[in-house]
Amino acid sequence: MSSFRFDSPIPPLLYEISRTGRRAVLLPESDVPETPLPDHLVRSDADELRLPEVSEQDVVRHFTKLSHANMSIDTNFYPLGSCTMKYNPKINEAVAAHPGFAGQHPLGRVSDTQGALAVMYRLQHMLAEISGFSAVSLQPAAGAQGELTGILMIRAYHESNGDTRRTKILVPDSAHGTNPATVTMAGYETVEIPSNSRGTVDLDALRAACGDDVAGLMITNPNTAGLFEEDIVAIVDAVHECGGLVYGDGANFNAILGIVRPGDIGVDVMHFNLHKTFSTPHGGGGPGAGPVGAAPILAPYLPGPVVTRGGTDDGDYRLTMPDRSIGRLKSFHGNFGMLLRAYAYIMMHGADGLRAISENAVLNANYLRVLTERAFPVKFKRTCMHEFISVGSVYDGVSTMDVAKRLLDYGFHAPTVYFPLIVKDALMIEPTESENRETLEAFADALQAVADEAQSNPDLLHDAPHTTPLRRLDEVSAVRNLVLRYQR
Amino acid sequence: MAYIGNTDADRRIMLDRLGLSSVDDLFTDIPAEHRFPELELPPAQTELELLRDIESLAAQNAAGSGMLSFVGAGVYRHFIPAIVSYLSGRGEFATAYTPYQAEASQGTVQTIFEYQSMVADLLGMDVVNASHYDGSTAVAEAAIMAVRSTRGRSRVVLSGTLHPEYIQVTRTYLKPQGIAIDVVDPPEAAGATGPTSESLLAAIGDDTACLIVQNPDFLGRYVDLRGFADEVHARGALLVVHVDPIATALFTSPGALGADIVTGEGQPLGIPLSYGGPYLGIFAARKELVRKMPGRLAGQTTDTTGARGFVLTLNTREQHIRRDKATSNICTNQGLMALRATIYLAAMGPKGLTEAARLCYQNAHHAARLLAQIPGCSVLPGATSPGAAPADVFFKEFVLRTPVPAADVIERAADAGVIPGLALDRYYPKRTHEILIAVTEAYSRADIERLADAVRDAVTKSADAPARKEAVR
Amino acid sequence: MTFRDDVKYQESHEWALKDDDLVIVGVSDYAQDSLGDVVYVELPDVGDVKKKGDSFGVVESVKAASDVYMPVSGEIIEINADLDDNPSNVNDSPFDSGWLIKIKPSDPSELSALMSAQEYKTYTEGLED
Ligand SMILES: Cc1ncc(COP(=O)(O)O)c(C=O)c1O
Repeated sequence: MSSFRFDSPIPPLLYEISRTGRRAVLLPESDVPETPLPDHLVRSDADELRLPEVSEQDVVRHFTKLSHANMSIDTNFYPLGSCTMKYNPKINEAVAAHPGFAGQHPLGRVSDTQGALAVMYRLQHMLAEISGFSAVSLQPAAGAQGELTGILMIRAYHESNGDTRRTKILVPDSAHGTNPATVTMAGYETVEIPSNSRGTVDLDALRAACGDDVAGLMITNPNTAGLFEEDIVAIVDAVHECGGLVYGDGANFNAILGIVRPGDIGVDVMHFNLHKTFSTPHGGGGPGAGPVGAAPILAPYLPGPVVTRGGTDDGDYRLTMPDRSIGRLKSFHGNFGMLLRAYAYIMMHGADGLRAISENAVLNANYLRVLTERAFPVKFKRTCMHEFISVGSVYDGVSTMDVAKRLLDYGFHAPTVYFPLIVKDALMIEPTESENRETLEAFADALQAVADEAQSNPDLLHDAPHTTPLRRLDEVSAVRNLVLRYQR
Repeated sequence: MAYIGNTDADRRIMLDRLGLSSVDDLFTDIPAEHRFPELELPPAQTELELLRDIESLAAQNAAGSGMLSFVGAGVYRHFIPAIVSYLSGRGEFATAYTPYQAEASQGTVQTIFEYQSMVADLLGMDVVNASHYDGSTAVAEAAIMAVRSTRGRSRVVLSGTLHPEYIQVTRTYLKPQGIAIDVVDPPEAAGATGPTSESLLAAIGDDTACLIVQNPDFLGRYVDLRGFADEVHARGALLVVHVDPIATALFTSPGALGADIVTGEGQPLGIPLSYGGPYLGIFAARKELVRKMPGRLAGQTTDTTGARGFVLTLNTREQHIRRDKATSNICTNQGLMALRATIYLAAMGPKGLTEAARLCYQNAHHAARLLAQIPGCSVLPGATSPGAAPADVFFKEFVLRTPVPAADVIERAADAGVIPGLALDRYYPKRTHEILIAVTEAYSRADIERLADAVRDAVTKSADAPARKEAVR
Repeated sequence: MTFRDDVKYQESHEWALKDDDLVIVGVSDYAQDSLGDVVYVELPDVGDVKKKGDSFGVVESVKAASDVYMPVSGEIIEINADLDDNPSNVNDSPFDSGWLIKIKPSDPSELSALMSAQEYKTYTEGLED
């Protein structure tokens, strides 16, 4: 088994170690003439503020120990499919922490923020070049918000053409849950398109669904099965012919940097996940950034502000609203700190470096696919892109979840499980380009060992994990007896 | 390549195993005519070259050149204890994913649970979710949740003194869902202070799902909401209150005031300004509404040995399970920012946070007093004479009315290294002679005096001669 | 697996039992088994009037949420409020304490169009991969 060990027990809650009067941070006394407080409006004793009272060392030990209870890219191979858990370069963090950026207020005058605006301008331009779109907005805070942005742009486009019959968005059944959820938020209805036995969109079913009530299609390419939609040109044509537009979910862009540009194959609007492809850390759930690129017909609808050039006395770069903008998706100008990290990453790669990322991501995935297919069969037996799907439930009485939990004991984070929905009991494996051959081989060995155990000693899997700070957690009682905050 | 694991020799071995002669053979599914485009990008930089580029860009920002800025308007310069960045920068937190495998992610899930607990205490609310993108999207999602929670009600009423950008974001989110928005008395005219309680209540109709107010409001004013929730409820609507989390340490919690949903911009809780993000959307609700809530939730449970642990729970509300019927499409949130807020709240403790809030209040009032003494200037709202409680309450932000155009005052003060605040005409074009000024605990008495001096000089000089820019035009 | 034979079934896995002038509705043993541990049941308001095929609620496990559909049209006369505290009754006793709603049918003949236990059993066998 791997050498990774969770090395400290889980600390109690800070509330549980709190002692009245303990302090971590002291603030200076007020040295300005005193203004009385409006007593009738301040917190009463009944409403007393109760937060933990702890020393600075308590806080440091608490969170350091908690950190040891996590797997992360910095400590473990983390082949979580669809999430692109690649190495996050540390220079990104240094750049984002630079006081000239970290301390800059978003409402600073244009002349005082030319540096930040230049970064945004260049990033817009580079993302457009990488994806083949004519314009990019950096507003959206994550992939899902990028999706909402794109569908709202499609909606605005149809509305501005006076075309209000279109109420449906086509979504393949392999899509991520954010796609149909986005359709609803955009006031449309989802029409699910089945996949074929090769794991890609069933073209005939798609054509049959196209009509004058279709506003558009959301397509993920490479898709969530890790396959490139080979019929993409025909798919795009079918949607365009019925008057719909095509939204690209760019979550899987890590497979196609310098390989193909969605804009070139007719996609009309697409989001990037900077927290996947462009190495900004996932942060245990966020923050991300989900910029959106658009073809010329949709570019005027991009959310703003965007950065444009054009000398005023305030400087070269300025913020403007695209002509027919759908408006704002969040306050200020997007998750700038993440934009800065992605900028640094792209600048350090150049065109050849980006292509090398995708080549290596795809090579690693295919190599791992071949190494693991004996242990767990691969669902679609063909060349994959950055990830592939295995079936986790091939051994009697052992579930995909059991396999996932047992892998933790080998020091590997589990793959994504039970997604995409088109494959029953899926294990979705995405190694990324930053892992080396030895790691891939060690993971394949671990999967083989788990497969062997599944046959020789299935209880080892049922009871897994064994080496984590806590054993398998009961999700059912968590819902039946909801406790969502510390109980005094 | 720096961040790629394998060597040429490795790649050869791997390709051999796959029976391929070149990496290009992996991409035959891609239409040949579009395969391998030439990308025109700047040449790759080394780390050292990149840093030079970043230094020169950073120097073009005011923050990189040592300016003293009093701009707030939703996000603020607050003191951030050193341990916040120290701890939140740990790779085990920063480079983990959403805690889908709870046993390998207790660090993250327990942190979310502690975040939910502390913010719930701060707001006086039952349930807090794991975060939204920022304050604006939290408000928009609160409006949607209110509509979902009140049968047959499909309008929302927004106070006109909600942050103007939040109103814009809420419009973007609500329009496609057919939810109508009434904005009551936006303070567009010079000197306007926004709606009264009466006008807000009057706007609630039979089809209104909720009323959303910001407190302190966009202009800095703290609104007395005692008894207000009952009035809103009597009209069948929910009350949504958007707060500044630091202010809630000092003032009656929104939960105690009867709010049904509370949102907030969590940036003041240990998060740098970073030119607009990443920030932290705070979202809280009464427990009766929990199943209508958007966003992730961490809950307590036990493992097979009976030991306590935490998992993500009530997942059936979310997109990965409920798909088109989910309460929201949110997936990635602002997890690391919630971690920062948790560390910040732990480090500050109840006393530290309350002291910070009091210092904000004292410093802001001192600044207002000094500025109000400048000939021709006055502070909106309220009296600011030393020793007297102001008639209208503000917390850390207020509006200064100037006898000359605000843009001129800011321009001239900036020459002296001080940005006094935000010219209100950015959001309300008619308010050309008003500046929104924020003062927190992070500013010293000397800073405040520098502000007052810079504004006094600027006002005097602008009265004598119009600013250069005006002259150029 | 139990296929109680005095009730009727529909394809979305609800059962319906005529009880004087009311129809009692629940989910089948097959449905509760494939859902797994039920953690929450969302039910309509008493007095709601719905058509056959309309969704009247949701039965949730940790990893899935299934809409439940009206087997006959009519007015909701009673809901099983006990499920709020004891959602596991749907697993333990899908035909008894796990019932969901009682309907006053507007067209009682709709009931006869549903599947018999034997037909439903054959139908579920066809669903297995
Ligand atoms: C295929 C796909 N689409 C969309 C998303 C949503 O992106 P985000 O989590 O940034 O909102 C994800 C993320 O998990 C994804 O894998």
